[in-house]
Amino acid sequence: MGYKKKTITLAIVAILLAVLFIFYDLTGNINYILPRRIMKVVAIIITGGAIAFSTTIFMTITNNRILTPSIMGIDQLYVLTQTFIIFLFGSRSLVMMSSTLNYLISIIVMVVFALLFYRLLFRGERNNIYFLLLIGMILGTFFSSFTSFMQVLIDPNEFMIAQDKMFASINNINTDLVYVSIILLTGVVLYFIPYYKYLDVIALGQDHAINLGVPYHYVVKRLLIIVAVLISIATALIGPITFLGLLVVNIAHEFLKTYRHFYLILGSILISVIALLGGEFIVERVFTFQTTLSVIINFVGGIYFIYLLLKENKSW
Amino acid sequence: MKLRYLITVLIISALGSIFVGVISLKPTDLFHLTEEQLEVILISRLPRLVSILIAGASMSIAGLIMQQLSKNKFVSPTTAGTLDSARFGVLVSLMLFTSASAIQKIAISFFFALLGTFIFMKILEKIKFKDAVFIPLVGLMFGSIVDSLGTFFAYKNDLIQNMTSWLQGDFSMIMSGNYEILYIAIPTLIIAYLFANRFTIAGMGEDFAKNLGLNYRQVVNIGLMISALVTASVVLTVGVIPFLGLIIPNIVTIYQGDHLKNNLLHTALLGALFVLLCDIIGRVIIYPYEIPINLTVGVIGSAIFIYLLLRRRRYGL
Repeated sequence: MGYKKKTITLAIVAILLAVLFIFYDLTGNINYILPRRIMKVVAIIITGGAIAFSTTIFMTITNNRILTPSIMGIDQLYVLTQTFIIFLFGSRSLVMMSSTLNYLISIIVMVVFALLFYRLLFRGERNNIYFLLLIGMILGTFFSSFTSFMQVLIDPNEFMIAQDKMFASINNINTDLVYVSIILLTGVVLYFIPYYKYLDVIALGQDHAINLGVPYHYVVKRLLIIVAVLISIATALIGPITFLGLLVVNIAHEFLKTYRHFYLILGSILISVIALLGGEFIVERVFTFQTTLSVIINFVGGIYFIYLLLKENKSW
Repeated sequence: MKLRYLITVLIISALGSIFVGVISLKPTDLFHLTEEQLEVILISRLPRLVSILIAGASMSIAGLIMQQLSKNKFVSPTTAGTLDSARFGVLVSLMLFTSASAIQKIAISFFFALLGTFIFMKILEKIKFKDAVFIPLVGLMFGSIVDSLGTFFAYKNDLIQNMTSWLQGDFSMIMSGNYEILYIAIPTLIIAYLFANRFTIAGMGEDFAKNLGLNYRQVVNIGLMISALVTASVVLTVGVIPFLGLIIPNIVTIYQGDHLKNNLLHTALLGALFVLLCDIIGRVIIYPYEIPINLTVGVIGSAIFIYLLLRRRRYGL
């Protein structure tokens, strides 16, 4: 089976799952349940797509299969920014300010961080990948403990008001922001199209890409901005899921066995949607909420991550 | 930094910490204490101070020993899965015995901490290419796997809230009567001091150590047991305090060099001082409320760790 056929198969599975998710056991007040379920599916598709899309780009830029935006702690930064805004303005102003504005401010901060990260990535010495990983993971811890630190500082009452609105998790998907996210996502994709053609060449590595006439640094900077916006969208809707990107992009590579980015991106988006929808379905129906999907993904992802580390290390 | 400065600062802040708290207590009150104030000191403030000192000192020493044995400056209870395994052990003891006594809990938690550390050390042995930053990476990941396993079981048994309270390092619940198990750490620290030279030799590698007539396996096992026991007792009484064993020994190395036996005292004192200062900050910043210690240490500790990583060439870590 060629990679084109495989991609089509993935698309069919994803659609079937979405239909199953919406219509399975549809009893009770349909007018209430149906729109809610559709919103949830849309949010999951946007998030899964955004995570897979951004991780594929990020891995191509950094030229490896281990480093992902989430492992670098970027989604934790998003949560930190959100908290910081509430901390500065208080939840009363939050009600006036609308969560959309907060969302947009956070995205701007994320883009600035992406540009800083770009400098770290190309700092003098051709960087040691493990070093970047470790820095990223500790940054993630730093961001998340700083977030909890500030959450303690915020007046508990104010925090309760903010919590529901601001901090999404996989059990508490933030459907308020779905429409804004769709608009943003469309914008990002349109912005991305002119740079799409460079991706296959950038995958060859910095030196080759420059040699072949790619305006390397110019393109990479813009691609990192795209990654930052995509991660913001995903985190705003579902919250951080550290290992999802790592898993789905690597599965896409193994499954499709191609280096064409068109199919890689499409394939990993579909796999990501399948994983989230299928996983949510299993957690809701089979485990009946006795665990959460992110726990499972983190467990599987963590083991896979160690496997990748040791394999790359070629020590076994 | 001279030892006597360190001791002076530690004593001053220790005395100061006694007078920080919701019930007002001034140094001048010491001469005519009311009964209530005396009780506050004996039941809450002093135990808290003691537990801070022990936890800070012992966690730092545990990190120092692990670094010496693994020959890697970035190995510590946080980055070797020891902390997460100890926490998992506490969870298991809660699941098995609904009302486990402190001794049972600490035994099970100790067992798991030891098991986790051994598994990690086994993985280490398999890794031929020893990049200094590669190893903590594997360790952190190993810890997070153990952690998600714990969360999974906690979800199944409705223990998430219990679990979270073990995650939170917090001194505010320390009162006389519920922290004494922490004293276990003191004899282990003395053993650590007695074995210091042997740890140094063991750190030179298995072949070399055996050549010098050292019972290598035994020494390594003792070292790992000390750090597992210390970690288990701290997790059980206070909760998780991240990064302590990682940054304190490294800071001491930067100004003091690498002599283990000389560094032990410095590391213990600096660790105690660091936790004490973090605790005072946590108590003052949103007075009369408190910020749990693991958040203060987490923020400051991870920032220091990133700084150390970025500057490691310069300090030769």
